[in-house]
Amino acid sequence: MAKKSIKIRAKAKKGVTTVKSLMSHPMETGLRKNSKTGKLIPAHFIQEVVATHVHDGGETVRMTTHWSGGVSKNPYLSFKFNGGKKGDKITLTWTDNKGGSESATAKIK
Amino acid sequence: MNTDMKRRVFLRGSMAAGAVGVAVGAGLLAPQSVMAAWPKAAFDAKSVAEAGKTAMGGTDIVESSDIKIKAPDIAENGAVVPVTVTVKPSMEGVESIAILAASNGQPLVGLFKLGEGAVANVSTRIKMGKTGDVVALVKAGGKLYSNKKNVKVTIGGCGG
Amino acid sequence: MKIVKFAMIALCAISASAFAGDKKATDTTPAEDLKTYQDYFFKRFSGVPLQEYANGVYAINEASRENWEAIEEFPPYEPMIEEGEGMWNQPFANGATYGSCFGDDPAQRKNYPYWDAARKMVMTLPLAINECRTANGEKPLKYKKGAMANLLAYMSYESRGQKINVAIPDADALAAYNAGKSVYFARRGQLNFNCASCHMESSGQYIRSEQLSPALGHATNWPVYRSKWGELGTLHRRFAGCMKQMRAKPYKTQGEEFRNLEYFLTHMSSDIEYNGPSARK
Repeated sequence: MAKKSIKIRAKAKKGVTTVKSLMSHPMETGLRKNSKTGKLIPAHFIQEVVATHVHDGGETVRMTTHWSGGVSKNPYLSFKFNGGKKGDKITLTWTDNKGGSESATAKIK
Repeated sequence: MNTDMKRRVFLRGSMAAGAVGVAVGAGLLAPQSVMAAWPKAAFDAKSVAEAGKTAMGGTDIVESSDIKIKAPDIAENGAVVPVTVTVKPSMEGVESIAILAASNGQPLVGLFKLGEGAVANVSTRIKMGKTGDVVALVKAGGKLYSNKKNVKVTIGGCGG
Repeated sequence: MKIVKFAMIALCAISASAFAGDKKATDTTPAEDLKTYQDYFFKRFSGVPLQEYANGVYAINEASRENWEAIEEFPPYEPMIEEGEGMWNQPFANGATYGSCFGDDPAQRKNYPYWDAARKMVMTLPLAINECRTANGEKPLKYKKGAMANLLAYMSYESRGQKINVAIPDADALAAYNAGKSVYFARRGQLNFNCASCHMESSGQYIRSEQLSPALGHATNWPVYRSKWGELGTLHRRFAGCMKQMRAKPYKTQGEEFRNLEYFLTHMSSDIEYNGPSARK
């Protein structure tokens, strides 16, 4: 897997934290054919993304998503939650259908 | 134009503080547990209603204008269709949101389970094979609600 | 979109098409060409300011623009800028860096392409990057995508806001410019198109589902992450793709024809700000 495959921007404003993220992943559905060989390209997509808010009081899961290969290549995910402040952290962890996994953490600005 | 310039400038400012990527060994998170949580039957379902009910466990689906779907009227490229689903605060107790592309062979694209404090507002980018409705299903207070928006697709996003 | 056929009469003045007969690339000066070109698009898409042309079809199509702005919100090329930055900071085996070749300043977009009077050739940024590599004992990078596109993404990003200003300093440079103009206007391939067929006289119109972008500003926004490619690609990759769509055999990336074409095309985007990298459908 490519390095730095998750990019996160998190911003707290008026008590609401907005998290935007971009993950590098081929998101192959398993239904697409290789244009040269005519063979199906095996499914390879992120199935789960868990977003955890790391704060003074501990850790809180703010969002859990389950995806199919119907999410675009190099997937984008954005969500909001009440709470969170500058300096807190957001950790995103994805797991794909082949068991691959990656995680990244960013500070809330 | 001005807002566009700002956004692109804002992007520049954000570069320095990029997230620190940490590779997690595949062994640390047992993939099996994830597999168990991933609702395969819902993703395999061939219709919106079936997928929604399987994924979210409801019976009746009620249309609601409290659900707002932001998606382009015409998708530039079906491979990348930006979708934002927002639920008005008047609908209380939102537990989860599903995004589906009705005309895809397997409509369910994403299921978003709201954790503690999460606002019912999610954005992603989806693939659409052809013109059809983007459907948002919302589970709130144990009930299922839905809304839809038609998106015209001129370049399909599922082919090679 | 309204077709402004009569404007083509003015265009013939700069057309170097072999089929135009009595008109030659050398008939008009670069300054005259630029004025004809800009006026053509200003008339065709009245109300669109010059700087907006950096955004291609998104300058003229609101529905497409909405898609685009949502994608630029967190653009898919952002990780590639970072990859490119990593390349910039990573010393070669001999200890030198790209900075050693480029005065420690990655914001080089405004300096390329330029006329290298000593070598009598158009120098482009990708060519300069590879010359930097080979001078330091590294293998050259491929020109269409991958590492080269990533490094260009970083350097272009750092160069955002620089204005295009291409000097055509002497007679030899003018000859290269005119050669580039000829590549642009010469009809070719089974479809007998030239670059202007689609992006001048048909700009704003549709080829099946695709709206054709105005040629003005075409040199500003590279490298580009195309949804169609699902990855980042360079200007010369796109040149080659366009030629294939005309059913013509593409010239070599970074060969003389494409470098001259880049020289001409960049001049024709004069005074527009560089804003690469960018996302396109």
